[in-house]
Amino acid sequence: MYAQMVKSTGQGVKSLDEMEPQERAFQERINAGEKIEPKDWMPAGYRKNLIRQIGQHAHSEIVGQLPEGNWITRAPTLERKAILLAKVQDEAGHGLYLYCAAETLGVSRDELTEDLLSGKMKYSSIFNYPTLTWADMGAVGWLVDGAAIMNQVPLQRTSYGPYARAMVRICKEESFHQRQGYDIMMKMAQGTPAQKRMAQDALNRFWYPSLMMFGPSDADSVHSAQSMAWKIKMNTNDELRQKFVDQTVPQAEYLGLTVPDETLEWNDDKGGYDFAEPDWSEFFDVIKGNGPCNVERLAARNKAWDDGKWVREGLLAHAEKRASKKVAAE
Amino acid sequence: MSAPNSAYPDIPEAQPEKPKRHEWPLWEIFIRGQHGMSHRHVGSLHAPDAEMAIKNARDVYTRRNEGVSIWAVEARHIAASSPGDKGPFYEPSESKVYRHPTFFDIPDEVGAM
Repeated sequence: MYAQMVKSTGQGVKSLDEMEPQERAFQERINAGEKIEPKDWMPAGYRKNLIRQIGQHAHSEIVGQLPEGNWITRAPTLERKAILLAKVQDEAGHGLYLYCAAETLGVSRDELTEDLLSGKMKYSSIFNYPTLTWADMGAVGWLVDGAAIMNQVPLQRTSYGPYARAMVRICKEESFHQRQGYDIMMKMAQGTPAQKRMAQDALNRFWYPSLMMFGPSDADSVHSAQSMAWKIKMNTNDELRQKFVDQTVPQAEYLGLTVPDETLEWNDDKGGYDFAEPDWSEFFDVIKGNGPCNVERLAARNKAWDDGKWVREGLLAHAEKRASKKVAAE
Repeated sequence: MSAPNSAYPDIPEAQPEKPKRHEWPLWEIFIRGQHGMSHRHVGSLHAPDAEMAIKNARDVYTRRNEGVSIWAVEARHIAASSPGDKGPFYEPSESKVYRHPTFFDIPDEVGAM
């Protein structure tokens, strides 16, 4: 998931009877499956929770360009390079759809950007891991985008109209991403012994960080309960993680690669795999800013923002000059 | 909006009336698909002027041949009905069922109409 540990009011979910009439009418619309649109009345908590979640999601798409951008100049063929470029460009597009959705809630684009750059707002922990080999491009598309899709598909039904519509566009494009990743993995896994080792190494390094993307178990979290009541979260983290493992293990088997989990075993009773939890202390450490690439990622975003300042200002000055000339001519 | 909520220290208060920073303006983007349809709203983006808005719209919203024509309208120029009007504003048409063809019973013998 691209938004992790999104906290809501922390007050637990009110029953309909405990709500004031306005809030009750709002909750009843959500319960009936209606979409909430930007100008509709909404509780302050719903608005802020959504800004936090959509903003974090948008930031993840933008920062998520960096690990893959790392390999554009070193892609093994021109075709692979063109495909990777298209994929990274899509991520920028996804970030833009989401920023626009967040802006309908009354926050400005620059405020969101500044909160990312200062570290006040978060992005997904997964993008703080390095991409060391070309096989990592395969693993990122297959596992990271695969995990993101698990979360994004149900979010197409989320209660906030602009968010749901952004998710529809994103999901359409996201399956290209996962397939291109798996395509790279197939090529590597069927290649020379050295290539196969690289593919296995990429899986080894990205498996647990991918499981972390869903966030720690939230079965007992009041934040998640509230988000689910508002339908801005559709499944628990554990449900999505289980679904991801069940879908991914056979795909790894097809590649002839081994999931780095000795405890992994099919459980007939639950109709899914039993698997090992990732190291949650590592997760919290990465979230706190101590992952292998946190500093590098934020530095790259800050540099891009600072270096682009004269372009943003120059284009605006040019637009204003032309507009005033037009007025003068009329 | 209600008073600042301590559960959300990282999220700025939504205050539509506060002075806007010097940002590129927001444009709403409408795209005509390839099938002779009307232009449809697809989303929004920021751009310094109309020309850049259309170029950016091409990159953001038509990466997979989704359109043959783009309209960009600066968001502040769009007038919108208010959601609070929903009931009373549209109510007059509710009582006029005769505006629908199915209101009229035409005998089968008359044929297709």
